[in-house]
Amino acid sequence: MGEILKVHGLTRHFGGLAAVMDLSFGVQSGEILSLIGPNGAGKTTVFNLITGTLLPTQGEVVFQDHKITGLRPYETTSLGIARTFQTTSLFYDETVLDNLIVSYHCRTRMGLWDALFQTGRSREDERRCCQKAEEILKFIGLSERASEFARNIPQESQKRLALGVALVTEPKLLLLDEPTGGLTEEENIGMMGLIQKVRTRGITVLLIEHKMKIVMNISDRIIVLNYGQKIAEGSPQEVGGNSAVIEAYLGVGYGKN
Amino acid sequence: MVLFFQQMVNGIMLGAAYSLVALGLTLIYGILHIPNFAHGHKYMWAAFTSLFLVVNFHTNYWVSLVIAMAVLGLAGVGVERLVYRPLRNVPHINSFIAAIGLLLVLESLSLIFWGADFRRFPSLYDKPIHIFGVAITLQRLLVIVAAALFIILLQLFIKRTWLGATIEAVAQNPEGAQLVGISIDRVSSLTFGIGTALAAAAATLIAPIFLVYPTMGSMPNLKAFVVIIIGGMGSIPGAVIGGFMLGLMEALGGGYISTDYKDLFAFGALVTFLTLRPTGLFGKGVR
Amino acid sequence: MNRIAGKWIILAILVIAVIIPLVVTNKYYMNILIMSGIWSIVALSLNLILGYTGQVNLAHGAFFGIGAYASALLMLKLKLGFWLALPFAAAIAGFFGFLIGLPALRTRGSYFAIGTLCFNIIVTLIVDRWEGLTEGARGLLGIPGPGPIPLPWGGEISFKTMAAQYYLVLCFLLLTIFVLRRIIQSLVGRTFRAIRGNEELAEAVGISAMKTKLLSFTISCFFAGVGGVLYASYIGFLSPELTDYHVSFDALIYVMIGGVGTIVGPIIGTLLIVTIPEMLHIAAEFRLLLYGLILIVMIIYLPRGIVGWIKGLKGKRRQEVVWEKS
Repeated sequence: MGEILKVHGLTRHFGGLAAVMDLSFGVQSGEILSLIGPNGAGKTTVFNLITGTLLPTQGEVVFQDHKITGLRPYETTSLGIARTFQTTSLFYDETVLDNLIVSYHCRTRMGLWDALFQTGRSREDERRCCQKAEEILKFIGLSERASEFARNIPQESQKRLALGVALVTEPKLLLLDEPTGGLTEEENIGMMGLIQKVRTRGITVLLIEHKMKIVMNISDRIIVLNYGQKIAEGSPQEVGGNSAVIEAYLGVGYGKN
Repeated sequence: MVLFFQQMVNGIMLGAAYSLVALGLTLIYGILHIPNFAHGHKYMWAAFTSLFLVVNFHTNYWVSLVIAMAVLGLAGVGVERLVYRPLRNVPHINSFIAAIGLLLVLESLSLIFWGADFRRFPSLYDKPIHIFGVAITLQRLLVIVAAALFIILLQLFIKRTWLGATIEAVAQNPEGAQLVGISIDRVSSLTFGIGTALAAAAATLIAPIFLVYPTMGSMPNLKAFVVIIIGGMGSIPGAVIGGFMLGLMEALGGGYISTDYKDLFAFGALVTFLTLRPTGLFGKGVR
Repeated sequence: MNRIAGKWIILAILVIAVIIPLVVTNKYYMNILIMSGIWSIVALSLNLILGYTGQVNLAHGAFFGIGAYASALLMLKLKLGFWLALPFAAAIAGFFGFLIGLPALRTRGSYFAIGTLCFNIIVTLIVDRWEGLTEGARGLLGIPGPGPIPLPWGGEISFKTMAAQYYLVLCFLLLTIFVLRRIIQSLVGRTFRAIRGNEELAEAVGISAMKTKLLSFTISCFFAGVGGVLYASYIGFLSPELTDYHVSFDALIYVMIGGVGTIVGPIIGTLLIVTIPEMLHIAAEFRLLLYGLILIVMIIYLPRGIVGWIKGLKGKRRQEVVWEKS
């Protein structure tokens, strides 16, 4: 159906160090594309550059044929790019449900005036927030935890919630940064199933993941980074046999999970 | 032309004073990330302490300086233990609020003990000497010289002694420092003690030039913060350069533009820096 | 708290509040209550940006003062009546809040605190030195109180008596509570809390941190201005000290002690701090000492304030005071 995201010559320097160097790739609409590579290869930096958390030193990001380089994170989210963070990030002092409700804000239209006078628009928007939140709550399987505080739920639920928070913003492209971090073997399978469920909704997924079993199982395509540069790209089979890839991982002692 | 040099000299003296106060502040902030908002009021207490000693006990000026530094240094250690240490693991803004509380305590105690009157610090060094047509009192010259001395001593201490190295270690990497056996508690106490002692030195040096009164610390406190924000929080060279920049700016601005609004320069500068480059001249950039 | 019990308690408090002027005739106590009311409005407004949006604003005194001076100047120099001057003056305070917020809110945490403090000082300096506009240190005298409101069936409500002024302040306090509560409980309020809790995540879910903080700050300054207008009309006299940062510190203390991030907290904090030392006739310096000590103790052991602590006892919101990370 076409490329939903394209990066051209993306480069980002920190002082003298190039975290990402002249990176170009495209993400096909509806696919699950995994970004892998040893620690420090620049994967999270790529996410930050796409969402606007960081400004590229050079290069550009194109989303649905619009240049989005340099837009701020809240703007890219409005356009349809959502993300999760490597270290789980939630509104810890809010309940699970409230986490989801507030995250729908970008799809509402009410403003201060509406809030003050409780206009029809504000009531409509608040109803839609609650509706959407409930729907996603069910989707991620946390309905029984709706009124628990985010800081009190177990880690696996927190990871699900983080995914849910990103989903509530109605993205077309979802960037997941190590969604299975710290999860057990069993929990991994659950998360994998959830990600595949996400794809059935027509959302494209760009995934950073270390656990090779998951990557090989779930990805349509894989891109391998090392020292901020692309060293391989292709289907799981193609990448798995690529000698440069094996070399990149060999010295780091990266076992399969 | 003479006016220019006169203001330059004033500016350098002011700058020296600001640098000294800011040094203590940046040390504490850089190591402990505590915005020690009560710094100016400890400065005020140092001035009162040495005033008290000189007036009531006829202590030698320089001895009173040393005693004031020691007393305030110890007080700084005490404050760190009682007030800031419990707040070490909470967001730093809580420490800021605690510092505000501390400021109120110090100010009120000063009002209670000393009263609100403005006092004069008797000085031995207020005869003006003339250099190239510029009049400057010996006291002002002493401020510049003493400040320079303290800056050099501090730099030597940090770079050449083992204790100084532990302070730098904690500043750069607290976890790593702990791993090699450095006690964060001890470094915190040391840093606070030194930082406060520096402010005490500045206070005793300046007191004879201006008056001594309970709220004398407020402006220097704020300006010290302006200095370390401009120079970069935690940077020693930043504090020195920022201090002199501010001193000169105030002296020249005050002399040529307007004395009424001279305090505005400091705060205007701060606002500009906060907006354009929040991390200061020597801090690290963002985004 | 039991919903129904809560409503009865609120009703009881309202009744008491309304009856007070009929029972208390001592002018001294009435004065304390009126001042508490005015300061409560200021504390509540600070709570919006501080408690709910998590930004430590130390310029509040400046906006209180701007509201006060603006209304006084509108009434004295442009001969506007109180009822016209009030919304204009509050809007002016809000507008300055917006202007100052634009640069200031690009900073965070301690930088923001110091930056706002410096703005406050700049405002005080200007008010003090610009004698042409503000009469400088001499202050403004003879600020008129609210004019009478004509009643549709003849006669009028006049505001000459203390009781009338008490009711005026009470009405505005209730209005402030009502408006702020509406905002806080709406989706807009949720975005404020999102910024307070996790600014990075808030941006990631499409909430503009800058716009949200600016909105909160502007509203906050508007209501500080309202407090200022009420003060100017009640006391009738203004001087530059009213814009001073000590006012900002006072407001901070009222909010922190009562309970940050709650509606009731700032009111309780204000009542306690304004009335008790006054009643005990504690001298000014000792009062200052007390505030300082209490602030230190509270921030270390009870950062959520009294109301927050009580709510914690009931096992309600088990939360710490969360500021955005700096």
